[in-house]
Amino acid sequence: MFSAARRTALRGAGSLPRPSSVFSHSLGPSALRRLLSSLAVLEQRDGKLNHGSLSAITAAKKLGGTVHGFVAGGNVKPVAEEAAKVEGVEKIIAVDNAAYDKGLPENYAPLLVENIKKGGYTHILVGHTAFGKSLFPRVAALLDSQQISDITAIESENTFVRPIYAGNAIATVESSDPIKVITLRGTAFPAAEVAGGSAAVEDGVDPNVESPTEWVSEDLAKSDRPDLATAGKVVSGGRGLKSKEDFDKIMLPLADTLGAAVGASRAAVDSGYADNSLQVGQTGKVVAPQLYLAVGISGAIQHLAGMKDSKVIAAINKDPEAPIFQVADVGLVGDLFEKVPELTEKLKSA
Amino acid sequence: MSALRILVPVKRVIDYAVKPRVNKAQTGVETAGVKHSMNPFDELSIEEAVRIRERKSAPGGVEDICVVSAGPPKAQDVLRTAMAMGADRAVHVDVKDGEEGDLEPLAVAKLLRAAVAREGSNLVILGKQSIDDDAAQTGPMLAGLLGWGQATQASAVRFVDGGDAVEVTQEIDGGVATVRAKLPMVITTDLRLNEPRFATLPNIMKAKKKPLVKLSLSDLGVANERRLKVVKVTEPEPRQGGGKVEDVDGLVGKLKELGAL
Repeated sequence: MFSAARRTALRGAGSLPRPSSVFSHSLGPSALRRLLSSLAVLEQRDGKLNHGSLSAITAAKKLGGTVHGFVAGGNVKPVAEEAAKVEGVEKIIAVDNAAYDKGLPENYAPLLVENIKKGGYTHILVGHTAFGKSLFPRVAALLDSQQISDITAIESENTFVRPIYAGNAIATVESSDPIKVITLRGTAFPAAEVAGGSAAVEDGVDPNVESPTEWVSEDLAKSDRPDLATAGKVVSGGRGLKSKEDFDKIMLPLADTLGAAVGASRAAVDSGYADNSLQVGQTGKVVAPQLYLAVGISGAIQHLAGMKDSKVIAAINKDPEAPIFQVADVGLVGDLFEKVPELTEKLKSA
Repeated sequence: MSALRILVPVKRVIDYAVKPRVNKAQTGVETAGVKHSMNPFDELSIEEAVRIRERKSAPGGVEDICVVSAGPPKAQDVLRTAMAMGADRAVHVDVKDGEEGDLEPLAVAKLLRAAVAREGSNLVILGKQSIDDDAAQTGPMLAGLLGWGQATQASAVRFVDGGDAVEVTQEIDGGVATVRAKLPMVITTDLRLNEPRFATLPNIMKAKKKPLVKLSLSDLGVANERRLKVVKVTEPEPRQGGGKVEDVDGLVGKLKELGAL
């Protein structure tokens, strides 16, 4: 457990990060805490901070030690200024360069590596999102560090908890790497609030590496409903909805009445009832809302992997033997085409 | 453009339909006597490689599709399946079961870097994650080690500019994004990319005659160096179903009682 301290101490002395016993016995716990320093990588889009990505700061604060934030993109100052208001963050490193707007890992990874080296960080963290998943393993490879993916808890500065096998087992792992490269599950670390802090904003180093890939276009599903990954309530539809028309007719009024985000099972997505980005499960999004209402979803293990940490699970299904009822806090056996509109009406009038 | 030499890494994992059980010693998941299959995302990788050849979508053509797997001797089963789906040949990197433990993604990425050099590959197609470790690291790590372009979570792959460039549509949070890259590159597959074919019996028979080379980790100059120590593996907190209600009023009442409404 002294490796992080060693590395930082040695780097401070300008030498290579090789294990040595010189420092390990002379440092007490308070010294260790001081030397532990984390960099939380934040996401931005079109000059707007992605608040969900602030969960990296929450996790960094749990580690103890100093916490810095990192953000890059064109005209990134307002984003950095906003992130600087998060309490407990000492510094926001900002790199103003439109080349990083789309988060291309080919130039973003070397950018991060340079800033990690300059800052002497022992831990780097990001959400286990599409951005984090494509970027961080590349960073880890460049640092020769074995990444720890999708953590749900921090036991100590080098010991982390993460689900494996679609959440059917929970592994506790101890890292021996000098720099811990970590992606984290957003639902396990609530986003830090943008209040109470006044961090300094500092320019980071920009190695200006050219990317062999270029961004061409994107097509984002437009929605006025809450974001699926962070919504307090989620209503999710499955194969039982039978068609896209029925999915929209049955699920959307229910979602709007509850102020909920809409999710879907893989079966519903594959059948074209709902957009891919709405998929909940091992291969889609992992959610943990206050209320998860599963409609016409049988409850395959891959789906449960994405929602079984929800506070309250409710299910409506016509099959009384559906596995979803084994995890649902409250289940209603019945025809969803009849029960869901009735539920929507009763919630409206309530 | 030059012809494609595609490398497709595949992994043997516990079948996706099996509910894994944690072993008594809490050191891992029970694997003895449990049905194993090819990682579902890897099936998509092979399917895509074979389709690029069959549909002649790459103007330079496909010269070679090589599948590679690191693991115990039984990993050869998934390599044979891959060849029955259309891969030309296979490389099995023997890693002892149990003793050394599974290779970590970083070690696999280093192994694949060596395999790319050995096979002269210019396109690597991997699954976006394996369904056992759920790490989702190997593809981007390999791209980083090679210094190649990468496109993760691909739902469409097109060759453009007369085959000089590849356009990949990626599944991202909230929708899709398209990136363009020149070869060589690394692509990881998402579920929406294609529908993998079943290996037919005649093809399974033919696959038995296709070449399969056995290598050791040292042949590729890689060590099974573990950076993460598994302290323990436990079952998740069991979730108790709360029973059923008779009607919609009962549902609303129970949700209010639970504080969810």
